[in-house]
Amino acid sequence: MSNYDIVIIGAGHNGLACAAYLAKAGRKVLVLEANDEVGGLAATREFAPGFRASVAQTLPQLNRGLVDDLNLEKHGFKLALDAMPTVAMAPGKSPISITSGALSGANAEDSAAYPEYRRLLNKFADAINPFWHKRPPMIADGDMGDLATLGKFGWNLRRLGKDDMRELMRMIALPAQDLMDEFFQDDALKAALSWDCNIGSKLAPRSPNNAVLALLLRMSGDLTDGLPLPAGGAGGFTDALAASATSFGAEIRCGAAVEKVLIDDMSVSGVQLSNGEQVQATTVISNADPKTSFLTLLGAQHLDVQFTHRISRLRNQGYVAKLHLALDEIPKFTGLEKPAGRLMLTPSMKYIECAFDDAKYGGYANELPMEVIIPSLVDDSLAPVGKHVLSANIQYAPYAVKGGWDQHREQFLANALATLSQYSPGIESQVSAAELLTPADLEQQFNLAGGHWHHAEFAIDTWWMNRPTYGASQYTTPISGFHLCGAGAHPGGGLMGTCGANAARAILEDR
Amino acid sequence: MKSKYDAIVIGAGHNGLTNAAYLAKSGLDVLVVEKNDYIGGAAVSRELHEGWLYSNCSYVCSLLRQSIHRDLNLTRHGLMIVPYSGTTNFSLNGNYIAEYGDHDMQYREIKRHSLRDADAIHRYETDLMRYAKLIRHFLLRTPADPTSFKPRDLGEMMFMAKKFAGMGEEQVYEFMRFMTMSAGDFLDEYFENDLVKALYSTSSIIGTALGVYSPGTAYVLLHHVMGDVDGAVGAWGLARGGMGAISNALAGALKEHDGAILTEAPVAQIIVKNGCARGVALEDGREINADIVVSNLDPKRTFTNIMDAADIPSDLRKKAENFKIRGSSGKVNIALTGKPDFPSLPADHKLRNGSFQFLDSMERMERAYDDWKHGRWSDDPFIEMTQSSVWDPTLASPGHYFVSCFIQYCPAEVEGGWTPDKRDAFGKTVIDQICNYSPNFRDHIAHMEVRTPFEIENEIGLTEGNIFQGELTIDQLMFNRPFPGYSQYRGPVKGMYMCGSGTHPGGGVSSACGANSAREILMDLKRPNVVPEDDVDE
Repeated sequence: MSNYDIVIIGAGHNGLACAAYLAKAGRKVLVLEANDEVGGLAATREFAPGFRASVAQTLPQLNRGLVDDLNLEKHGFKLALDAMPTVAMAPGKSPISITSGALSGANAEDSAAYPEYRRLLNKFADAINPFWHKRPPMIADGDMGDLATLGKFGWNLRRLGKDDMRELMRMIALPAQDLMDEFFQDDALKAALSWDCNIGSKLAPRSPNNAVLALLLRMSGDLTDGLPLPAGGAGGFTDALAASATSFGAEIRCGAAVEKVLIDDMSVSGVQLSNGEQVQATTVISNADPKTSFLTLLGAQHLDVQFTHRISRLRNQGYVAKLHLALDEIPKFTGLEKPAGRLMLTPSMKYIECAFDDAKYGGYANELPMEVIIPSLVDDSLAPVGKHVLSANIQYAPYAVKGGWDQHREQFLANALATLSQYSPGIESQVSAAELLTPADLEQQFNLAGGHWHHAEFAIDTWWMNRPTYGASQYTTPISGFHLCGAGAHPGGGLMGTCGANAARAILEDR
Repeated sequence: MKSKYDAIVIGAGHNGLTNAAYLAKSGLDVLVVEKNDYIGGAAVSRELHEGWLYSNCSYVCSLLRQSIHRDLNLTRHGLMIVPYSGTTNFSLNGNYIAEYGDHDMQYREIKRHSLRDADAIHRYETDLMRYAKLIRHFLLRTPADPTSFKPRDLGEMMFMAKKFAGMGEEQVYEFMRFMTMSAGDFLDEYFENDLVKALYSTSSIIGTALGVYSPGTAYVLLHHVMGDVDGAVGAWGLARGGMGAISNALAGALKEHDGAILTEAPVAQIIVKNGCARGVALEDGREINADIVVSNLDPKRTFTNIMDAADIPSDLRKKAENFKIRGSSGKVNIALTGKPDFPSLPADHKLRNGSFQFLDSMERMERAYDDWKHGRWSDDPFIEMTQSSVWDPTLASPGHYFVSCFIQYCPAEVEGGWTPDKRDAFGKTVIDQICNYSPNFRDHIAHMEVRTPFEIENEIGLTEGNIFQGELTIDQLMFNRPFPGYSQYRGPVKGMYMCGSGTHPGGGVSSACGANSAREILMDLKRPNVVPEDDVDE
């Protein structure tokens, strides 16, 4: 039995970022990871001999500040690609390529509308950006830092100017469909642009209130001007985080599942592992999702009824499946010379909405909206020479599929392959292995209750001072010494380490 | 009719009449022009079949501001609101759940279905009532422009901040959460039983082109409980003599203050000269002058139909085009020669006198929404049936009944367009649905009127037949209603105003839009305010 200042439960990217910041500040930190490798959903794992992939895959939200603070480049972090274009695909139509600067292959009206769309969103993103990296404010206790945050928020809104501030306050509530309809005409283009509004959530193009906020979160990174792809898969990023944390003196133990958080008189006293071993610490930070953190690790008996109710009501059922295919050669996609970029197999927003309709009732569509990347095109560490990895996010795969995933896995995979072959005829014959990770698999393999990307739905009603919920939104909890640092905390999911970094800062300021 | 008035109000709906009544009360010479040969717009009583009086559009009343009711002496002008209670929600298997006004009875009723849910009902009602009482402070006020530094806007923001702060930080955050979430998620937090959730979910999508699980519908639910009857918040009532009694009483108040109404006078255009409103041109070529022109039409019609594109800023036209008015509701009004029989309810049960809904679960509602999304009416529509004549015997002779059925969802456009045949097929779907619960219902029908959004739009002039003159989503509420920068009832040219449900606080027979608009007009004219403040809840 040993003593640490701080124990962090879970070595996902947020747990590791949190550990690195705290260790850098001189704290004695132990990270406990239940799995045999670090990274969680961001670990690059071998799914077939020689083929590697990760659940998370791109880094739109990563910030230069974190990379520099933690010397990640020194620890091996690099990009395989600075800016990946997004390609809007529809059967029988020529693809439209989307970068942060311009469209190519779109009609004249859409090409002309795009700069204004980007200008507005960039402006909104810039106004909001500082607040992803700050502790959400709570006003009642009159904390000066919190009041300053709120004041700055109001000031940043006002600085947008009358017209744009008004547009922000209106557009923030628009469904993706209305937002896109106001700017664009082409169905495939609108669908591709709407993807980031809803991916990971139980939302579809017609769902109000959350589209723009999700877009702004996706735009919160500043590493490059486009969509960066890490070298070595997402694991390349988390391995660097782990190396950084270790270099600052943090200790990481894999294969060490925490069974419960030990409480002594409403304060944390340590954790107990599944093998019965106890580790003493007065600060325990959970990178697990809020439901697991409070209801499983801590136990509702230590919490008041109202708070427990708030945690129980969190919506944490995932709706995205991840597909990894081992391919014998580069697949040929109709209309594309080379399948480079992020291929959006989403002919229209209606197509996405229809897939959502099936998922709402516990089913899934025959034709599945997919976001496809072939990272091995630019990263030869992921597949044997000449072979390739296809990695796809698929909507919608309801966590609670009727009858359970065991009975639907094959059918879902068949639907996904059938959808793919509409765009890449004959791709089935190139597939030598496939891995399908449904939300139920994510739950089981990564101890993530509900298998939700964001740990808890990312939406305006669970945002900022309401994330994950009132009483736990400042990385503190009703239990003294127990903290959150996962995607369930502000600002939410996405491969960036910001939740962990924010939590570390909040904990350090607290002392 | 004179050739010049101080003010002209376009549209004799309840908000137009309220607006005109207050302008007249302040001493202005006011004319209301109405395209139909009757007044009231969507708040009307019409004898569509001899012997039966139909409230054929709006059919129940709760949002009507009590302070306006009193201030304009509407009771003396013949208005009486009769509270009613007892909604029964049936499920297909013969089960039912009722909504009672009485808390203890409600507890016992829900306990029949779920003890856990019965225990949650107090918490649910308390939370909802807290939000209702907060929002009621803002109904008879003009929304602040949050981008403005004018003292008045800052003052209004302070007022709002104080009301919020009064709830305490925890409740502020709970409220912010509530305002953006879906009714389905909200109800799931309290209840487990499908029938209980179905009962409470229906208010969240009435008139709304969203499903119970669409974010933002929790607010729509609140919109339907923030009204009151004689101060009983959340209660609903019927206007004795049908909803037209409200319009008639408002017209009475208008006439008392020497205002005039001109019917069968559709407006072709608002006349604008040198950037100022100068009057209206009627479709028959007549022109009437006034320095104040108020449109009670929805924002889309106002800015794309009766205003010349050259008279308004181009971005405003774009805003009007983007404004969401989505037809999602239908109505079937039925004259009956006998009282409908619902075998699931015990004979002589008092609930037989209440209103009825037919919904097992929120999933059924969501599926009906899915049909609407794809441009068709559902084979399994949601129906709210109000037995108006049971509570108001003036609507039908003894032994005869009038029932008003509100149907969600009905698309504004169907493939190939609406035709009389399709309309009748829609009506048949509704009657078939009712007959699933009341097998001999069809035998009692003496006459029925089927209205899809197409009929409502063509007759009443509501775009897509939307009962709220625009969706009640956050992007179109408060300072966003109807559009950012135009939420204080003023139009783009001097002397032009809006007073319809497309403005704050939105749809429902509230008179608040018309009253708020009148207050702004009087302020611009530097006349003393005659519009009352809202009642303040204790």
